[in-house]
Amino acid sequence: MLNVSIYRYNPEVDAEPYMQDFEFDTQGKDLMVLDVLEKLKIQDPSLVFRRSCREGVCGSDGVNISGKNGLACITPLSECVKGDKLVVRPLPGLPVIRDLVIDMSQFYAQYEKIQPYMINNSPPPAIERLQSPEERKKLDGLYECILCACCSTACPSFWWNPEKFIGPSGLLQAYRFLADSRDTATEERLANLDDPFSVFRCHGIMNCVQVCPKGLNPTKAIGHIRNMLIRGTA
Amino acid sequence: MGSLRKMSFDAVIVGGGGSGMRAALQLAQSGYKTAVITKVFPTRSHTVSAQGGITCAIASDDPNDQWQWHMYDTIKGSDYIGDQEAIEYMCQTGPEAIFELEHMGLPFSRTQEGRIYQRPFGGQSKDYGAGGQAARTCAAADRTGHALLHTLYQGNLKNKTVFLNEWFAVDIVKNADGAVVGVVAIDIETGETVFVESKATVFATGGAGRIYASTTNAHICTGDGVGMALRAGFPVQDIEMWQFHPTGIHGAGTLVTEGCRGEGGYLINKDGERFMERYAPNAKDLAGRDVVARSMVLEILEGRGCGPDGDHVYLKLDHLGEEMLNAKLPGILELSRTFAHADPVKEPIPVVPTCHYMMGGIPTNVDGQALTIDREGNDQVIDGFYACGEAACVSVHGANRLGGNSLLDLVVFGRASGIFIEKQLSEGIALKEATEEDIQRALVGLNRINQSADGENAAVLRAELQTIMQNYFGVFRRGDYMKKGVEKLDELRVRVENVYLDDKSNAFNTARLEALELQNLFETAYATAISAEGRTESRGAHAREDFQERDDKNWLCHSVYFPKSKKIGKRPVNFTLKTREPFEPKIRTY
Repeated sequence: MLNVSIYRYNPEVDAEPYMQDFEFDTQGKDLMVLDVLEKLKIQDPSLVFRRSCREGVCGSDGVNISGKNGLACITPLSECVKGDKLVVRPLPGLPVIRDLVIDMSQFYAQYEKIQPYMINNSPPPAIERLQSPEERKKLDGLYECILCACCSTACPSFWWNPEKFIGPSGLLQAYRFLADSRDTATEERLANLDDPFSVFRCHGIMNCVQVCPKGLNPTKAIGHIRNMLIRGTA
Repeated sequence: MGSLRKMSFDAVIVGGGGSGMRAALQLAQSGYKTAVITKVFPTRSHTVSAQGGITCAIASDDPNDQWQWHMYDTIKGSDYIGDQEAIEYMCQTGPEAIFELEHMGLPFSRTQEGRIYQRPFGGQSKDYGAGGQAARTCAAADRTGHALLHTLYQGNLKNKTVFLNEWFAVDIVKNADGAVVGVVAIDIETGETVFVESKATVFATGGAGRIYASTTNAHICTGDGVGMALRAGFPVQDIEMWQFHPTGIHGAGTLVTEGCRGEGGYLINKDGERFMERYAPNAKDLAGRDVVARSMVLEILEGRGCGPDGDHVYLKLDHLGEEMLNAKLPGILELSRTFAHADPVKEPIPVVPTCHYMMGGIPTNVDGQALTIDREGNDQVIDGFYACGEAACVSVHGANRLGGNSLLDLVVFGRASGIFIEKQLSEGIALKEATEEDIQRALVGLNRINQSADGENAAVLRAELQTIMQNYFGVFRRGDYMKKGVEKLDELRVRVENVYLDDKSNAFNTARLEALELQNLFETAYATAISAEGRTESRGAHAREDFQERDDKNWLCHSVYFPKSKKIGKRPVNFTLKTREPFEPKIRTY
């Protein structure tokens, strides 16, 4: 028997959040955390969490699993159960709407701030803009971000300054466009980031790298932006 | 109940996946007040799961490639019930639509020349089948759907599209003239119900793979658009045509490549018997996909399935040896270990035929205008109502979709719908009036759920529905089984309508959404069942044991399911090409 402890909070009913314990029979299977949540929801339909693709590509089900942020759908119990206990909480640092569902507005606002779209005002050719395989390779490890917020909500700098520090996810995306040979707005992008908070609140703690379910490295991307900013202002 | 808050737009798109966001982009670019209603944050839509690519004759791999060859492949692949006019439009317009995506920043993989990388896919040929295999599928590694969806979201942010993220469309608001005036939708976070009024309402609600027990589709693919259209009295077309794959991982639905059987793997039942030897003595496990899938279902129905519920079979690979498996099938080892909790080196993989794609949907013309059929059998445009993407049946896939054509469909027809609505808005279409009664009619289903005092849990009913569909309307079909399946669905209908919602709270109540999604799943499933039973032939994905041949005399046509009578009719396939003589039906061999 697995003891599953889940963060519960329904603003209409509960004065404050609490942890609810469930006994769960895994029948000896190494289920995913999402499977456990789905089965518990059949018992208690009022349990609320987000989920969609259930294969680690849509980024809906980022939660804090026994202390570490991750996607419920690709985290097997064998990787996160301590003793016979599983603890599931919402991603930390952002307001909770209900149970495991957080309000991600601040996270998305930081993403929007970096102008997450191609800027190139020259008239496009009749076919695609050409890009060499070497130039394209620079986007690997950047464009794969699924916006699950596991990284930014694991980042103490983001916890302190969610309005001013872009956070690891947004900065990874900022660099995705800075690194794209087709984008022509490098100076404008850097100017938008050139303040004490947007980038420089990163202290290289690297929690983001540790938790990214896609194996991406925001700290490295932030390092590149830092260098570009320093070079640009020198 | 008092009046609902009202929001008003030039165009409302229901669904934030590939086709919805492509349509929204078109309209937002031209400055029209456009909103996207999406039940998940847009980049969580199921388009994100597409892997291999987007098929289109951009002449990168082969400078002499022609869109006409792609058109031929698609028509042949459809088993000749794809509309030729729509297929011509898709294949001809495709390159322009792909280049636009690239200009928007889509990170395609590249060739040495710096052009978009293209890979070979099934059913692709050069020179109308005479020139061998083509490589026509444009790819961003094996994450093309993710790259496409994120690029479209980014394009919409740039153009200031209004996103009603985590809003759930409940039902269509239709006025006395039969025109669609908008939808009633729930703001999931607060639970508020709002009337979203619009001059043009576009359904881009995706597929409904979750009507089956085993599907590659996301949890969110619940046929919401098809369900709403049917409840509003509008028909759906070719809804019996579902694409299946024989070996999806049981429970998870993740695909396991046919290559496993190519390398010497085979299927066994609960007695450990290699049952394919009985069904296909020569080809055995490498018989056609429909044959293998049909044999698997028969084993299950006859009580020889595996597992506590006897609802799957095993794919055995362990006899091939660890070294060979590591060398030839490393991805499958990983997938199986992750999602089946089975290590194929030591134990078999539980597999079941897996639903993958809905070829049918809301019938539309190439401009995305939704159609109904009048008493004389003529197409009638439904005023104010549009559909695109998997929810629509335009129809470019007919009875069988080619790989890589779904992404092209959603981009081309999302765009086409947008362009057409843009034109209509510029000519000045008026907002149509809806009365309080019209709005209240769209709230009937929601009110029933909100007032439910007893009944069964949505999850239990959903599981029952999925089992019926899996067992009676799967890859292979037979009249007597399907009759039994329809009877079971008739019994289930009352229980589904009487679903019980225990938790009546407002904030982010996903139990309420699941009860509503169940209604949509049921309507889609029921339409599938009736249409499948009605089409007395085998064509493309619709393989019947009791009618094994394609019957061009009676069934070279679309089926159209009418929800009020719960009966199907026929609609002619379009055989009009603008650029050449049409392609006449031939026996389909590869």
